Amino acid sequence: MITTTSVLAATGPGFLSPSGVEIAFLLVGVVTLGAAVITVTTKQLVHAALWLVVALGGLAVEYLLLTAEFIAWVQVLIYVGSVVVLLLFGLMLTRAPIGRSPDADSGNRPVALAVAVAAGAALVWVVVDAFRHTWIDLEGPVQGSTEVTGRILFQHWVLPFEALSVLLLAALVGAIVLSRKNAAAAEPGTTGGPGSAGEPGRPNPGRRTRTPGRPAKETRSRPAQEAPGRPPTADPSEPPQKEQR
Amino acid sequence: MNDVLDVALRLLLVFVLFLVLPLLVGQTEHKVMAHMQGRLGPMYAGGFHGWAQLVADGVKFAQKEDIVPAGADRRIFQLAPALALLPYLLVLLVIPIGPSESAVGQHIDAGIFYVLAVMGVGVLGSLMAGWASANKFSLLGGLRTAAQLLAYELPMLLAAASVAMAAGTVSLGGILNAWEWWWLPWQIIGALVFFTAGLAELQRPPFDAPIADSEIIFGAYTEYTGLRFALFLLAEYAGIVIVCGLTTVLFLGGWHGPWGADGLGWVWTLLKTAVLAFVVIWLRVSYPRLREDQLQKLSWTVLIPLALAQIALTGIVKVAIQ
Repeated sequence: MITTTSVLAATGPGFLSPSGVEIAFLLVGVVTLGAAVITVTTKQLVHAALWLVVALGGLAVEYLLLTAEFIAWVQVLIYVGSVVVLLLFGLMLTRAPIGRSPDADSGNRPVALAVAVAAGAALVWVVVDAFRHTWIDLEGPVQGSTEVTGRILFQHWVLPFEALSVLLLAALVGAIVLSRKNAAAAEPGTTGGPGSAGEPGRPNPGRRTRTPGRPAKETRSRPAQEAPGRPPTADPSEPPQKEQR
Repeated sequence: MNDVLDVALRLLLVFVLFLVLPLLVGQTEHKVMAHMQGRLGPMYAGGFHGWAQLVADGVKFAQKEDIVPAGADRRIFQLAPALALLPYLLVLLVIPIGPSESAVGQHIDAGIFYVLAVMGVGVLGSLMAGWASANKFSLLGGLRTAAQLLAYELPMLLAAASVAMAAGTVSLGGILNAWEWWWLPWQIIGALVFFTAGLAELQRPPFDAPIADSEIIFGAYTEYTGLRFALFLLAEYAGIVIVCGLTTVLFLGGWHGPWGADGLGWVWTLLKTAVLAFVVIWLRVSYPRLREDQLQKLSWTVLIPLALAQIALTGIVKVAIQ
């Protein structure tokens, strides 16, 4: 998808003699596409996340080549710095075996491929159709600097920007509501600290939403249940803690 | 040709700084910690007060056997130290140390974003190390690293955003050009938040739960030996230089000083950075380690509200001035 758009982009004023930037754009596009394909085809979960870093970083370089400096760094900051870290965090918290994980494969592969191809085709079509005759003047003043981006965003696109903010806020509130409910429901049952994180076959959805303070509450409540069988002088907090680790 | 020479010279200078400053911080840490704890510290290597201790350490690290655990993911295990160290070098390129246009490795328009984005990439190195070691302690360390980064990236970004609002630019040089002395009290909350979050991102005490040697045996770095371990250590000290330098540039006025800002601006920058680095070492000696839940609580319930309050204050003052 990326390569096709870049090929089309090169068919402009300088099609027969592409400039260095255009060649670089194409090459980075090929690398990005390759990394993206490996991301979805590799059998190793964590490798997939790391190849995603390459793909997203490649996109950032493409933005840079198109002089959209601000977008490029935001791309690195948000996607590489936060989203991938969150992804790795989730993987490591549930299961991230070293080596292949064939059980993580899905039977929906053909459907997924069809959806991906359809989405890719739609995007390429829309982008090509919309920007067919738009050229970025790489020699002139920078068109993607922070100042220009901010001016356009807050003068021409301020309403969509605000709408997006509200949307994100709604998602935020929704996430909080969901996690609160889960925490209340999962409180009595779950045990096991993050020490069991690497074990396969133990994905525990309740764990992700656990608040940091909860294990302490558990240890406090358990001795009360076990109190009849125990001499009151024994240190009540010690055994449950050991179980947890 | 002149341009090429200029660029090469700059890169070389930044590279030399990148190699020298972290070692200076490391040696200072040895000595300062020693004296705060009532002992001498390294005294023999090099003759005068053990100045060559870190060189000797480097030689020792280079001689050690390079071991990759049998169960580890070999390539990622070996790649991780480089990924942890390189981002700091890239950040050092854009920190301006003097008032003139040429006193910076490379001017970048979206400086703050570049700096924070690239620093965030460095944490991937620790994550990769933690996962690829095939060790439960390392995995725990990696998990804690990720949790810590997610918690402290936000206050750091918000604090930096406050300065950017005050200066009306996100370029580091532009911020310094706009800086006035009264920004110091105006942005003091943001400065504290930024410095604290920076410490947490470096996993320095008291925020060193991810590498807590007495609980999880150095976390992500448990399985590393020799040069690769040395690279991680170097990354930590380079990180101290970077965070202190950034705090200096963003909040303490960088090359501005009571006098001599024209010719000796870079001295002011280095001096302020050095003082902050001393504070970092001081904190290591004087504060106990925060527990994992205390870490999260500090970030989400103290630092982020403080940073938001700072942004509100910045906005109000900015509007009032105009």
